[in-house]
Amino acid sequence: MDFWFSEIQTQNVKLSIRVNQQLYSGKSEFQRIDVFESPEFGRFLVLDGFLMLTERDEFIYHEMITHIPMAVHPDVKKVLVIGAGDGGVLRELCQYPEIVSIDMVEIDPMVVEVCKKYLPQTACCFDDARLNLYYEDGLRFVRSKEDVYDLIIVDSTDPFGPGEGLFTKEFYGNCFMALNQNGIMVNQHESPFYEADALACQRVHKRIVETFPISRVYQANIPTYPSGHWLFGFASKTYHPLKHLDENRWNKRGISCGYYTTTLHKGAFYLPAYVEQLLRDVEHIKNEKVR
Amino acid sequence: MKRRSQACAPIYEALEAFQKNRVVPFDVPGHKRGRGNPELVRLLGEQCVAMDVNSMKPLDNLIHPVSVIRAAEILTADAFRAAHAFLMVGGTTSAVQSMILAVVKGGEKIILPRNVHRSVMGALVLCGAIPVYVNPACDERLGIPLGMEIEAIERTIGMHPDAKAIFVNNPTYYGICSDLKRIVDLAHQHGMLCVVDEAHGTHFYFSDLLPMSAMDAGADMSAVSMHKSGGSLTQSSILLMGPKMEEGYVRQIINLNQTTSASYLLLASLDISRRNLALRGDREFAKVVELAEYGRQEINQIKGLYAFGKELCDGVGVYDFDTTKLAVNTLDIGLAGIEVYDLLRDEYDIQIEFGDLSNFLAYVSIGDRARDMERLVSALSEIKRRFGHAGRNLLKYEHIEPKVMISPQAAFYGRKESLPLEQTEGRICSEFMMCYPPGIPILAPGERITKDILNYIDYAKEKGCAMTGTEDAALNHINVLKG
Repeated sequence: MDFWFSEIQTQNVKLSIRVNQQLYSGKSEFQRIDVFESPEFGRFLVLDGFLMLTERDEFIYHEMITHIPMAVHPDVKKVLVIGAGDGGVLRELCQYPEIVSIDMVEIDPMVVEVCKKYLPQTACCFDDARLNLYYEDGLRFVRSKEDVYDLIIVDSTDPFGPGEGLFTKEFYGNCFMALNQNGIMVNQHESPFYEADALACQRVHKRIVETFPISRVYQANIPTYPSGHWLFGFASKTYHPLKHLDENRWNKRGISCGYYTTTLHKGAFYLPAYVEQLLRDVEHIKNEKVR
Repeated sequence: MKRRSQACAPIYEALEAFQKNRVVPFDVPGHKRGRGNPELVRLLGEQCVAMDVNSMKPLDNLIHPVSVIRAAEILTADAFRAAHAFLMVGGTTSAVQSMILAVVKGGEKIILPRNVHRSVMGALVLCGAIPVYVNPACDERLGIPLGMEIEAIERTIGMHPDAKAIFVNNPTYYGICSDLKRIVDLAHQHGMLCVVDEAHGTHFYFSDLLPMSAMDAGADMSAVSMHKSGGSLTQSSILLMGPKMEEGYVRQIINLNQTTSASYLLLASLDISRRNLALRGDREFAKVVELAEYGRQEINQIKGLYAFGKELCDGVGVYDFDTTKLAVNTLDIGLAGIEVYDLLRDEYDIQIEFGDLSNFLAYVSIGDRARDMERLVSALSEIKRRFGHAGRNLLKYEHIEPKVMISPQAAFYGRKESLPLEQTEGRICSEFMMCYPPGIPILAPGERITKDILNYIDYAKEKGCAMTGTEDAALNHINVLKG
C-alpha cells in the first residue's frame, strides 16, 4: 500500500511525505487538525492541510524563533507567546531560569490537546509553573496590554485562515504597545521564494518597518516548509540583533542546540541578494512616506 | 395562485430549469450567454453571464408579472407580513421614489423629517409635492439627528391638517428608531397615509431581538433595501405595501420609472435572499446582534471612543435602537469620524460604511466573521494610540432649520443663475447640496441660503466630506433662483 501525505505548496508544486499511519483527525471550531506518522520525518502536525511541524525538523524553527532574541536581550522576565499550541517555543523558553512568566495565547484549545497526546516531543512543558495559558484570539489579547512584556514571540500559522489577524498592521502596533521600552518582537515571517509567499513576506515586513524603529529579517533552512528557505522577523525598540548580541553570556548558559549557535546567529542576518531587494522595496516606500 | 412554502425560490428555480433547456438565443442581451464578450465571462464567470437573460415566457416579466415573478412577490409579501411586495431592480432609491409618487401628487403636502435620503428629495422634484419638515431633535454629544418625536408630529399635523402622508425613516443610518406604531396610528387618525423608508431595516422582519418593522406597525408602504442587511445583490430592493394601498395603482407608478429589461441576476438574488431570511433569518440575525454587541463592548473599552447602543433609548427622540448598527463617536480622541474612516482604509485595509464629522459606522451583517471584528477593534485601538489627541475642539454637526420658500419642483425648474458660494446668502437655492456620507441634504431646491448654512459647508469641505448634488462639482458655485 502506498500512503502519502501531500501538501499543496503552490498551484504547481507539492511536497509529499510517505505516511505509515494517521494518528489523529478531527475538526475544531477553527480548523481541521491531523497528525500522521512517517518513516522520514517522524510524527507531523497538519492544520487545514498545511504542514505545521515534523518531529524531525521542528528543532530548527523553534530554536531560531527563541534563542535569537534571548541571546540579544540581556534580561527577559516577561514573555508573551502568540500561537505555538504545539508547545515547541515553550520548550525552548523553559530553559531560561530568569524568565518569570510566560503568557501563551492560543486560539484553538484542541491543537494543544492533540499535541499533548500525539506530539510529546514539543508539547512537553505545559506543566511549567511560569506558564499562563489563554485560549483566545491573539489580536484581542494583546490590544489590552500596555508596557508589559520584554519579549513577544509570534508563532503564527499563515496569513489566511484563523491566524490571519496576526499578520496585520493593527496586530504589530498592538504588540509594540504591549512591549516595554526595551522590548523585542520576533515573528514567523513566511518564505521569500514562491510568489504568493514572497508577497505575504513583503507585506509583513512593510507593516513591521512602519511600526518598529529596528526591524531586521533573518533566515533558516527548514526542509519541510515551502522552498525550505524560511524567514523570521526581529523587531525591536532598543536592541539591535547583531550589535547587542552577547555571545559569551549566551554560551555560558550551556543550552544544547541542534541548529542555533551564536556564530550562526550572526550569519542568519546576512540575506541573499534577491531577499534583500524584496525587503528594501517596501522599506523604500516607507521612507518616502516619512515627512 | 396557490400558496407555496418559503423553501421555494420560483425565479431561481425557473432560471435553473431554463438553463437546462439550452435554448438558442435570438433575443437580447446581445452577449448571448457571454459568447460575444469573453472578457466579461472571465470577470464574472460563465454561470453568472449565462443567467443574464431577458424576460421571456418561462421567466415572466417584471412589468406585468403573472407567473414566477408573481409567485416570488407573493412569497416575499408573506415573509415580510405585507399585503403585497414588489421586487425592485433600480435600488431602494426607486422603491422610495415609487412610494412617494404613490401617495402624493403635485401641490399636495407630505410630512417628513429633514434627515431623509436624497432619493426623497428627487421624488418631490418629480411629483411637485410640498415638503413639510419635522425638525428632528439632535443628540448634543453625538451630533446626530434622532428619530421623529410624537409631539412634534402632532404639532405639525395641527398646522398642516391637509397633508396627505407622513414619511418616516426608520431606522436611521445610525440605527435610531421612532415610535412607529404611534406615528402610524396618528397618521391614520388624521386620514393620512404613513410610509416608511426602511432601507436599513430589512432584518427587523426576521428577529424578535430587533425593533418593530414597518409592516408590523401597520404602515401603508415601506421601502426595504434587501441588498443592505438582507444579503441580495447591490441595486436589488423591495417595496412593501399594506392592505390600504391598491396593488394595480402602485404597479403603474413603479412602471413609470422602472426598466423594461429587469436583470434576472438581481431578481434571482432577491428570491434566494428572501428564502434564506425566511428559513434562517432569526438564527442569522441573532448572531449579527451578538457580534455587533461584542464589538460595541470592546470598542467602549478604548478610552475616548463611544460605541453607542440601547442606552440612548429615552422613549422620545430615541424610541428604540437597532443593535446591529455599530456606530462610534470619535470626538474624544480628537479625530473626526471621517478621519477615522480614512485611516482605517489607508492604514489598516479596513473599509467601513461611512464617517461623518463626529461618528463613523461599521456595517455588521450576516457575512461578518468574529476575526474581522477583532481586526476592527484592534485597528481602532491603534488609531487612538498613533493618531489620537485630546483637547481638539471639533465643530459639532448641527441641524440647521431649512427655510422652505417654494416647492422643490418649482425651484428645480425655475430660472436660475450660478453664483460663487459666498455671494449667495439670502438667495433661494435651486439645487441639492448633500454632505455624503451620510447623504442628508444641507440645502434642497426652494430653500433660503443662510449664513449658518454657508459656514457649515465650509467646515464640512475642510473636513473632507464629499459634497455632491450641485452642478459645479468643485462646489465653489451654487445655482440660485434669479432675483
